[in-house]
Amino acid sequence: MQVPSHVEYERATGVEHALSLLSRPETRVVAGGHSLIPMMKLRLAQPELLVDINGLAELAFITLDGDQLRIGALARHADLLDSAVAGHHFPIFHDAERVVADPIVRLWGTVGGSLCQADPSEDLSAAFAATRATAVIRRLDGERTVPVREFHLGPYETVVGRGELLAEVRVPVRPGTGSAYEKVSRRVGDWSVAAAGAVLELAGPAERPLIVSAGIGLTAVGAEHFVAAQAEDFLRGRVADEESFAAAAAIAAEHCHPAADQRGPEDFKRHLVAELTARALRRAADRVTRPAADRVAR
Amino acid sequence: MTVNGTEYAREVEPRLLLIHFIRDELGLTGSHWGCDTSNCGSCVMWLDAKPVKSCTLLAAMADGGTVRTVEGLERDGVLDPVQQGFIECHGLQCGFCTSGMLMTARWLLDHHPDPDEAEIREAISGQLCRCTGYENIVRSIRWAADRAAEHAADRAADRAAGETS
Repeated sequence: MQVPSHVEYERATGVEHALSLLSRPETRVVAGGHSLIPMMKLRLAQPELLVDINGLAELAFITLDGDQLRIGALARHADLLDSAVAGHHFPIFHDAERVVADPIVRLWGTVGGSLCQADPSEDLSAAFAATRATAVIRRLDGERTVPVREFHLGPYETVVGRGELLAEVRVPVRPGTGSAYEKVSRRVGDWSVAAAGAVLELAGPAERPLIVSAGIGLTAVGAEHFVAAQAEDFLRGRVADEESFAAAAAIAAEHCHPAADQRGPEDFKRHLVAELTARALRRAADRVTRPAADRVAR
Repeated sequence: MTVNGTEYAREVEPRLLLIHFIRDELGLTGSHWGCDTSNCGSCVMWLDAKPVKSCTLLAAMADGGTVRTVEGLERDGVLDPVQQGFIECHGLQCGFCTSGMLMTARWLLDHHPDPDEAEIREAISGQLCRCTGYENIVRSIRWAADRAAEHAADRAADRAAGETS
Protein backbone atom coordinates (compact mmCIF):
# COMPACT_ATOMS: atom_id res chain seq x y z
CA MET A 1 0.00 0.00 0.00
CA GLN A 2 1.40 3.35 -1.04
CA VAL A 3 0.62 6.20 1.32
CA PRO A 4 1.96 9.76 1.11
CA SER A 5 3.84 11.06 4.12
CA HIS A 6 2.14 13.55 6.43
CA VAL A 7 1.13 16.70 4.65
CA GLU A 8 -1.03 19.73 5.35
CA TYR A 9 -3.75 20.65 2.89
CA GLU A 10 -5.22 24.03 2.03
CA ARG A 11 -7.75 24.88 -0.62
CA ALA A 12 -6.99 28.16 -2.35
CA THR A 13 -9.96 30.49 -2.66
CA GLY A 14 -8.33 32.80 -5.21
CA VAL A 15 -5.04 33.36 -7.01
CA GLU A 16 -3.83 35.83 -4.35
CA HIS A 17 -4.69 33.38 -1.59
CA ALA A 18 -2.80 30.64 -3.45
CA LEU A 19 0.23 32.93 -3.89
CA SER A 20 0.34 33.84 -0.20
CA LEU A 21 0.16 30.13 0.75
CA LEU A 22 2.90 29.34 -1.76
CA SER A 23 5.32 31.66 0.01
CA ARG A 24 5.81 28.94 2.63
CA PRO A 25 8.80 26.64 2.06
CA GLU A 26 8.23 23.00 1.06
CA THR A 27 4.89 23.83 -0.49
CA ARG A 28 3.52 22.32 -3.68
CA VAL A 29 0.56 23.17 -5.86
CA VAL A 30 -1.88 20.34 -6.50
CA ALA A 31 -4.36 20.49 -9.39
CA GLY A 32 -5.00 17.25 -11.30
CA GLY A 33 -2.51 15.58 -8.98
CA HIS A 34 -1.88 12.74 -11.42
CA SER A 35 1.89 13.19 -11.34
CA LEU A 36 2.39 14.73 -7.91
CA ILE A 37 0.26 12.32 -5.87
CA PRO A 38 1.92 9.19 -7.32
CA MET A 39 5.28 10.78 -6.51
CA MET A 40 4.08 11.51 -2.98
CA LYS A 41 2.91 7.91 -2.63
CA LEU A 42 6.41 6.75 -3.59
CA ARG A 43 7.86 9.38 -1.19
CA LEU A 44 9.77 10.88 -4.10
CA ALA A 45 7.97 14.08 -3.20
CA GLN A 46 7.33 14.99 0.43
CA PRO A 47 5.86 18.49 0.53
CA GLU A 48 4.80 19.87 3.91
CA LEU A 49 1.85 21.76 2.48
CA LEU A 50 -0.37 21.13 -0.55
CA VAL A 51 -2.21 24.09 -2.04
CA ASP A 52 -5.25 22.85 -3.97
CA ILE A 53 -5.98 25.24 -6.85
CA ASN A 54 -8.81 23.24 -8.41
CA GLY A 55 -11.31 25.91 -7.38
CA LEU A 56 -9.56 28.71 -9.28
CA ALA A 57 -11.92 28.83 -12.27
CA GLU A 58 -10.18 32.01 -13.49
CA LEU A 59 -7.19 29.84 -14.51
CA ALA A 60 -9.28 27.34 -16.51
CA PHE A 61 -9.62 28.93 -19.95
CA ILE A 62 -8.60 28.47 -23.57
CA THR A 63 -9.14 31.54 -25.68
CA LEU A 64 -7.89 33.31 -28.77
CA ASP A 65 -6.82 36.83 -27.86
CA GLY A 66 -5.59 38.82 -30.86
CA ASP A 67 -2.61 36.95 -32.27
CA GLN A 68 -2.16 34.75 -29.21
CA LEU A 69 -3.76 31.52 -28.09
CA ARG A 70 -4.02 31.78 -24.31
CA ILE A 71 -4.29 28.59 -22.28
CA GLY A 72 -4.93 28.83 -18.54
CA ALA A 73 -2.75 26.65 -16.33
CA LEU A 74 -5.84 24.91 -14.96
CA ALA A 75 -7.18 23.91 -18.40
CA ARG A 76 -7.47 20.12 -18.35
CA HIS A 77 -5.90 17.93 -21.00
CA ALA A 78 -9.42 16.98 -22.09
CA ASP A 79 -10.29 20.69 -22.47
CA LEU A 80 -7.34 21.28 -24.79
CA LEU A 81 -8.21 18.15 -26.78
CA ASP A 82 -11.82 19.34 -27.11
CA SER A 83 -10.94 22.96 -27.93
CA ALA A 84 -11.86 23.76 -31.54
CA VAL A 85 -9.95 27.05 -31.51
CA ALA A 86 -6.77 25.36 -30.24
CA GLY A 87 -7.12 22.55 -32.78
CA HIS A 88 -7.73 24.97 -35.62
CA HIS A 89 -4.61 27.04 -35.01
CA PHE A 90 -2.41 24.32 -33.52
CA PRO A 91 -3.25 20.76 -34.55
CA ILE A 92 -0.02 19.84 -32.72
CA PHE A 93 -1.91 20.20 -29.42
CA HIS A 94 -4.65 17.83 -30.49
CA ASP A 95 -2.09 15.32 -31.80
CA ALA A 96 -0.22 15.49 -28.51
CA GLU A 97 -3.26 15.42 -26.22
CA ARG A 98 -4.60 12.31 -27.93
CA VAL A 99 -1.53 10.46 -26.62
CA VAL A 100 -1.15 12.05 -23.18
CA ALA A 101 -2.00 9.39 -20.58
CA ASP A 102 -5.52 7.98 -21.01
CA PRO A 103 -9.01 9.51 -21.32
CA ILE A 104 -9.78 9.32 -17.59
CA VAL A 105 -6.46 10.88 -16.55
CA ARG A 106 -6.92 13.59 -19.20
CA LEU A 107 -10.13 14.69 -17.47
CA TRP A 108 -8.10 15.65 -14.39
CA GLY A 109 -4.52 16.40 -15.41
CA THR A 110 -3.84 20.03 -16.29
CA VAL A 111 -1.75 21.84 -18.87
CA GLY A 112 0.03 23.84 -16.18
CA GLY A 113 0.66 20.75 -14.11
CA SER A 114 2.30 19.00 -17.04
CA LEU A 115 4.70 21.89 -17.59
CA CYS A 116 5.47 22.33 -13.89
CA GLN A 117 5.99 18.63 -13.28
CA ALA A 118 8.83 18.98 -15.83
CA ASP A 119 9.06 15.29 -16.49
CA PRO A 120 11.78 14.79 -19.12
CA SER A 121 9.38 12.57 -21.11
CA GLU A 122 6.43 14.94 -20.99
CA ASP A 123 4.59 15.63 -24.26
CA LEU A 124 3.22 19.15 -23.83
CA SER A 125 6.65 20.53 -22.91
CA ALA A 126 7.85 19.51 -26.38
CA ALA A 127 4.70 20.82 -28.04
CA PHE A 128 4.95 24.21 -26.30
CA ALA A 129 8.67 24.38 -27.06
CA ALA A 130 7.94 23.73 -30.75
CA THR A 131 5.33 26.51 -30.80
CA ARG A 132 7.66 28.96 -29.01
CA ALA A 133 5.08 29.58 -26.31
CA THR A 134 5.54 31.87 -23.33
CA ALA A 135 4.76 30.99 -19.71
CA VAL A 136 3.09 33.64 -17.54
CA ILE A 137 4.13 33.31 -13.91
CA ARG A 138 2.21 35.19 -11.24
CA ARG A 139 3.44 36.31 -7.82
CA LEU A 140 1.95 38.63 -5.23
CA ASP A 141 3.74 41.73 -6.55
CA GLY A 142 2.97 41.12 -10.23
CA GLU A 143 3.85 38.71 -12.98
CA ARG A 144 6.73 37.75 -15.25
CA THR A 145 6.85 36.02 -18.59
CA VAL A 146 9.37 33.31 -19.48
CA PRO A 147 9.72 31.59 -22.86
CA VAL A 148 8.80 27.92 -22.48
CA ARG A 149 12.22 27.22 -23.98
CA GLU A 150 13.73 28.68 -20.79
CA PHE A 151 11.09 27.36 -18.40
CA HIS A 152 12.67 24.01 -17.54
CA LEU A 153 15.91 23.99 -15.57
CA GLY A 154 16.25 20.22 -15.75
CA PRO A 155 14.31 17.09 -14.92
CA TYR A 156 11.51 17.98 -12.46
CA GLU A 157 12.84 21.53 -12.08
CA THR A 158 11.41 24.76 -13.45
CA VAL A 159 11.99 28.49 -13.04
CA VAL A 160 8.78 28.81 -10.99
CA GLY A 161 10.04 29.83 -7.56
CA ARG A 162 8.70 30.10 -4.03
CA GLY A 163 5.62 32.31 -3.90
CA GLU A 164 5.00 31.92 -7.62
CA LEU A 165 2.33 30.18 -9.69
CA LEU A 166 2.23 29.35 -13.39
CA ALA A 167 -0.95 31.12 -14.49
CA GLU A 168 -1.12 30.61 -18.25
CA VAL A 169 0.71 29.78 -21.43
CA ARG A 170 0.54 32.08 -24.45
CA VAL A 171 1.17 30.70 -27.91
CA PRO A 172 1.86 33.11 -30.78
CA VAL A 173 -0.51 32.54 -33.72
CA ARG A 174 1.05 33.23 -37.12
CA PRO A 175 -0.61 32.90 -40.52
CA GLY A 176 0.81 30.37 -42.95
CA THR A 177 1.79 27.83 -40.29
CA GLY A 178 1.10 24.16 -39.82
CA SER A 179 1.97 21.84 -36.95
CA ALA A 180 1.99 18.19 -35.93
CA TYR A 181 3.10 15.82 -33.16
CA GLU A 182 4.30 12.23 -33.55
CA LYS A 183 4.92 9.86 -30.64
CA VAL A 184 5.96 6.28 -30.15
CA SER A 185 5.06 4.63 -26.86
CA ARG A 186 4.91 1.00 -25.89
CA ARG A 187 1.23 0.97 -24.96
CA VAL A 188 -1.74 3.27 -24.52
CA GLY A 189 -1.18 5.92 -21.89
CA ASP A 190 2.53 5.26 -21.52
CA TRP A 191 5.30 7.80 -21.62
CA SER A 192 7.06 8.35 -24.93
CA VAL A 193 9.94 6.19 -26.02
CA ALA A 194 10.50 9.24 -28.19
CA ALA A 195 8.29 11.95 -29.66
CA ALA A 196 8.70 14.93 -31.97
CA GLY A 197 6.56 18.02 -32.54
CA ALA A 198 6.98 20.38 -35.48
CA VAL A 199 5.71 23.83 -36.39
CA LEU A 200 6.45 25.21 -39.86
CA GLU A 201 5.80 28.69 -41.20
CA LEU A 202 5.90 28.68 -44.99
CA ALA A 203 5.85 31.39 -47.66
CA GLY A 204 6.25 31.64 -51.39
CA PRO A 205 4.71 29.62 -54.22
CA ALA A 206 2.73 26.52 -53.19
CA GLU A 207 4.74 24.29 -55.53
CA ARG A 208 8.04 25.40 -53.98
CA PRO A 209 7.32 26.82 -50.51
CA LEU A 210 10.13 28.26 -48.44
CA ILE A 211 10.49 27.76 -44.71
CA VAL A 212 10.25 31.11 -42.91
CA SER A 213 10.66 29.51 -39.50
CA ALA A 214 10.66 26.04 -38.00
CA GLY A 215 10.02 24.88 -34.46
CA ILE A 216 10.96 21.34 -33.47
CA GLY A 217 10.26 19.94 -30.02
CA LEU A 218 11.56 16.58 -28.81
CA THR A 219 10.75 14.69 -25.64
CA ALA A 220 12.19 11.71 -23.75
CA VAL A 221 15.48 11.89 -25.64
CA GLY A 222 17.51 14.38 -23.61
CA ALA A 223 17.07 17.33 -25.95
CA GLU A 224 18.09 20.53 -24.21
CA HIS A 225 14.94 22.51 -23.29
CA PHE A 226 12.97 19.96 -25.36
CA VAL A 227 14.22 21.66 -28.57
CA ALA A 228 16.10 20.50 -31.68
CA ALA A 229 17.74 23.88 -32.22
CA GLN A 230 20.32 22.83 -34.82
CA ALA A 231 17.66 21.24 -37.01
CA GLU A 232 15.52 24.38 -36.74
CA ASP A 233 18.46 26.57 -37.82
CA PHE A 234 19.15 24.25 -40.74
CA LEU A 235 15.58 24.49 -42.05
CA ARG A 236 15.22 28.26 -41.99
CA GLY A 237 15.19 29.63 -45.56
CA ARG A 238 15.21 26.21 -47.22
CA VAL A 239 12.59 24.71 -49.51
CA ALA A 240 9.98 22.73 -47.60
CA ASP A 241 10.54 19.37 -49.27
CA GLU A 242 11.42 15.78 -48.40
CA GLU A 243 15.14 16.40 -48.80
CA SER A 244 15.17 19.27 -46.28
CA PHE A 245 13.02 17.33 -43.83
CA ALA A 246 15.22 14.23 -44.01
CA ALA A 247 18.38 16.29 -43.46
CA ALA A 248 16.82 18.18 -40.53
CA ALA A 249 15.60 14.91 -39.02
CA ALA A 250 19.12 13.48 -39.18
CA ILE A 251 20.48 16.61 -37.47
CA ALA A 252 17.84 16.34 -34.73
CA ALA A 253 18.77 12.69 -34.13
CA GLU A 254 22.46 13.54 -33.97
CA HIS A 255 22.15 16.40 -31.49
CA CYS A 256 19.84 14.88 -28.86
CA HIS A 257 21.08 12.82 -25.91
CA PRO A 258 18.87 9.76 -25.41
CA ALA A 259 19.63 7.43 -22.52
CA ALA A 260 19.46 3.67 -22.91
CA ASP A 261 16.80 2.28 -20.58
CA GLN A 262 14.02 -0.29 -20.45
CA ARG A 263 12.34 1.55 -23.33
CA GLY A 264 15.21 0.85 -25.68
CA PRO A 265 18.86 1.38 -26.53
CA GLU A 266 20.32 4.71 -27.61
CA ASP A 267 20.59 3.93 -31.35
CA PHE A 268 16.96 2.84 -31.49
CA LYS A 269 15.88 6.11 -29.89
CA ARG A 270 17.99 8.16 -32.31
CA HIS A 271 16.37 6.25 -35.15
CA LEU A 272 12.95 7.13 -33.71
CA VAL A 273 13.90 10.81 -33.40
CA ALA A 274 14.89 10.95 -37.07
CA GLU A 275 11.78 9.14 -38.27
CA LEU A 276 9.32 11.00 -36.01
CA THR A 277 10.88 14.40 -36.77
CA ALA A 278 10.58 13.77 -40.52
CA ARG A 279 6.97 12.63 -40.15
CA ALA A 280 6.04 15.62 -37.98
CA LEU A 281 7.66 18.06 -40.44
CA ARG A 282 5.90 16.42 -43.39
CA ARG A 283 2.52 16.53 -41.67
CA ALA A 284 3.06 20.10 -40.44
CA ALA A 285 3.84 21.21 -44.02
CA ASP A 286 0.70 19.45 -45.32
CA ARG A 287 -1.39 21.30 -42.76
CA VAL A 288 -0.15 24.81 -43.58
CA THR A 289 -3.16 26.99 -44.21
CA ARG A 290 -2.17 29.42 -46.87
CA PRO A 291 -3.28 33.06 -46.53
CA ALA A 292 -6.28 33.97 -48.71
CA ALA A 293 -4.29 36.59 -50.68
CA ASP A 294 -1.82 33.92 -51.72
CA ARG A 295 -4.59 31.69 -53.03
CA VAL A 296 -6.12 34.58 -54.98
CA ALA A 297 -2.75 35.39 -56.54
CA ARG A 298 -2.54 31.88 -57.91
CA MET B 1 -19.01 14.76 0.83
CA THR B 2 -22.12 13.38 -0.84
CA VAL B 3 -21.72 9.77 -1.92
CA ASN B 4 -24.47 8.11 -3.94
CA GLY B 5 -26.93 10.68 -2.65
CA THR B 6 -26.04 10.36 1.03
CA GLU B 7 -24.11 13.06 2.85
CA TYR B 8 -21.15 11.98 4.96
CA ALA B 9 -18.94 14.02 7.27
CA ARG B 10 -15.69 12.54 8.53
CA GLU B 11 -12.52 13.98 9.92
CA VAL B 12 -9.60 12.50 7.98
CA GLU B 13 -5.88 13.00 7.52
CA PRO B 14 -5.06 15.11 4.46
CA ARG B 15 -2.96 12.27 3.06
CA LEU B 16 -5.85 9.79 2.95
CA LEU B 17 -6.60 8.76 -0.63
CA LEU B 18 -10.16 8.90 -1.93
CA ILE B 19 -10.31 5.14 -2.66
CA HIS B 20 -9.41 4.30 0.95
CA PHE B 21 -11.89 6.85 2.29
CA ILE B 22 -14.69 5.29 0.26
CA ARG B 23 -13.75 1.69 1.09
CA ASP B 24 -12.43 1.89 4.64
CA GLU B 25 -14.26 4.89 6.14
CA LEU B 26 -17.61 4.48 4.40
CA GLY B 27 -17.50 0.72 3.84
CA LEU B 28 -18.38 0.98 0.15
CA THR B 29 -16.17 -1.82 -1.11
CA GLY B 30 -17.60 -2.06 -4.64
CA SER B 31 -14.81 0.20 -5.88
CA HIS B 32 -11.61 -1.77 -6.02
CA TRP B 33 -8.14 -0.72 -5.00
CA GLY B 34 -5.88 -2.12 -7.71
CA CYS B 35 -2.51 -1.06 -9.03
CA ASP B 36 -2.11 2.04 -6.81
CA THR B 37 -0.35 3.80 -9.71
CA SER B 38 -3.33 5.23 -11.68
CA ASN B 39 -2.80 2.71 -14.47
CA CYS B 40 -5.39 -0.04 -13.99
CA GLY B 41 -8.61 1.91 -13.46
CA SER B 42 -10.23 -0.56 -11.01
CA CYS B 43 -10.75 2.36 -8.63
CA VAL B 44 -12.62 4.58 -11.10
CA MET B 45 -15.58 6.39 -9.56
CA TRP B 46 -17.15 9.73 -10.35
CA LEU B 47 -16.31 12.98 -8.61
CA ASP B 48 -18.54 15.89 -9.58
CA ALA B 49 -19.86 13.96 -12.59
CA LYS B 50 -16.41 13.06 -14.00
CA PRO B 51 -14.74 9.65 -13.71
CA VAL B 52 -11.51 9.68 -11.72
CA LYS B 53 -8.91 7.14 -10.70
CA SER B 54 -9.55 7.48 -6.99
CA CYS B 55 -6.18 6.05 -5.90
CA THR B 56 -4.68 9.25 -7.28
CA LEU B 57 -6.82 11.81 -5.52
CA LEU B 58 -6.83 12.82 -1.87
CA ALA B 59 -10.14 12.45 -0.06
CA ALA B 60 -9.67 16.07 1.03
CA MET B 61 -9.74 17.16 -2.62
CA ALA B 62 -13.28 15.73 -2.83
CA ASP B 63 -14.39 17.63 0.29
CA GLY B 64 -17.83 19.10 -0.42
CA GLY B 65 -18.02 17.22 -3.71
CA THR B 66 -20.44 14.68 -5.12
CA VAL B 67 -19.17 11.14 -5.54
CA ARG B 68 -20.89 8.31 -7.38
CA THR B 69 -19.59 4.78 -7.01
CA VAL B 70 -20.69 1.49 -8.54
CA GLU B 71 -23.13 1.10 -5.63
CA GLY B 72 -24.92 4.19 -7.00
CA LEU B 73 -25.61 2.74 -10.45
CA GLU B 74 -28.63 0.65 -9.51
CA ARG B 75 -31.82 2.66 -8.91
CA ASP B 76 -34.83 1.37 -6.95
CA GLY B 77 -33.73 -2.22 -7.40
CA VAL B 78 -33.28 -1.86 -11.17
CA LEU B 79 -29.80 -2.40 -12.54
CA ASP B 80 -28.30 0.22 -14.81
CA PRO B 81 -28.26 -0.93 -18.48
CA VAL B 82 -24.45 -1.16 -18.35
CA GLN B 83 -24.69 -3.55 -15.39
CA GLN B 84 -27.32 -5.58 -17.25
CA GLY B 85 -25.09 -5.55 -20.35
CA PHE B 86 -22.15 -7.02 -18.41
CA ILE B 87 -24.46 -9.83 -17.26
CA GLU B 88 -25.95 -10.48 -20.70
CA CYS B 89 -22.63 -10.46 -22.57
CA HIS B 90 -20.44 -12.04 -19.90
CA GLY B 91 -18.45 -8.82 -19.53
CA LEU B 92 -16.60 -10.06 -16.47
CA GLN B 93 -14.86 -13.11 -15.15
CA CYS B 94 -13.03 -12.36 -11.91
CA GLY B 95 -14.81 -9.01 -11.53
CA PHE B 96 -11.86 -7.03 -10.25
CA CYS B 97 -11.88 -4.39 -12.97
CA THR B 98 -15.67 -4.40 -13.35
CA SER B 99 -16.72 -1.56 -11.06
CA GLY B 100 -14.30 0.81 -12.76
CA MET B 101 -15.34 -0.39 -16.21
CA LEU B 102 -19.01 0.15 -15.34
CA MET B 103 -18.43 3.71 -14.14
CA THR B 104 -16.49 4.63 -17.26
CA ALA B 105 -19.08 2.91 -19.47
CA ARG B 106 -21.92 4.85 -17.86
CA TRP B 107 -20.03 8.10 -18.35
CA LEU B 108 -19.27 7.27 -21.97
CA LEU B 109 -22.90 6.50 -22.78
CA ASP B 110 -24.12 9.61 -20.97
CA HIS B 111 -21.92 11.73 -23.23
CA HIS B 112 -21.92 9.59 -26.33
CA PRO B 113 -25.00 7.35 -26.47
CA ASP B 114 -24.06 5.59 -29.72
CA PRO B 115 -20.33 4.82 -29.62
CA ASP B 116 -18.74 2.50 -32.18
CA GLU B 117 -16.31 -0.21 -31.16
CA ALA B 118 -13.24 2.01 -31.59
CA GLU B 119 -14.76 4.72 -29.41
CA ILE B 120 -15.60 2.20 -26.69
CA ARG B 121 -12.07 0.83 -26.79
CA GLU B 122 -10.62 4.35 -26.59
CA ALA B 123 -12.88 5.20 -23.62
CA ILE B 124 -11.72 2.18 -21.59
CA SER B 125 -8.11 2.38 -22.77
CA GLY B 126 -6.99 3.56 -19.32
CA GLN B 127 -8.36 0.43 -17.66
CA LEU B 128 -6.96 -3.06 -17.50
CA CYS B 129 -8.82 -6.37 -17.60
CA ARG B 130 -6.82 -9.55 -17.25
CA CYS B 131 -9.71 -11.98 -17.96
CA THR B 132 -11.85 -11.03 -20.91
CA GLY B 133 -9.44 -9.76 -23.53
CA TYR B 134 -11.85 -6.78 -23.61
CA GLU B 135 -14.04 -8.34 -26.33
CA ASN B 136 -16.94 -9.06 -23.99
CA ILE B 137 -16.57 -5.74 -22.21
CA VAL B 138 -16.89 -3.90 -25.52
CA ARG B 139 -19.95 -6.06 -26.39
CA SER B 140 -21.49 -5.38 -22.97
CA ILE B 141 -21.18 -1.63 -23.36
CA ARG B 142 -22.56 -1.83 -26.87
CA TRP B 143 -25.45 -3.93 -25.54
CA ALA B 144 -26.27 -1.15 -23.08
CA ALA B 145 -26.16 1.44 -25.87
CA ASP B 146 -28.49 -0.67 -28.05
CA ARG B 147 -30.89 -1.20 -25.15
CA ALA B 148 -31.04 2.55 -24.49
CA ALA B 149 -31.72 3.17 -28.18
CA GLU B 150 -34.53 0.54 -28.15
CA HIS B 151 -36.07 2.18 -25.08
CA ALA B 152 -35.95 5.55 -26.81
CA ALA B 153 -37.60 4.04 -29.90
CA ASP B 154 -40.27 2.37 -27.74
CA ARG B 155 -40.99 5.62 -25.96
CA ALA B 156 -41.25 7.45 -29.29
CA ALA B 157 -43.62 4.75 -30.60
CA ASP B 158 -45.72 5.02 -27.43
CA ARG B 159 -45.90 8.78 -27.84
CA ALA B 160 -46.89 8.41 -31.51
CA ALA B 161 -49.55 5.82 -30.58
CA GLY B 162 -50.86 8.16 -27.88
CA GLU B 163 -51.18 11.01 -30.37
CA THR B 164 -53.11 8.98 -32.96
CA SER B 165 -55.53 7.35 -30.46
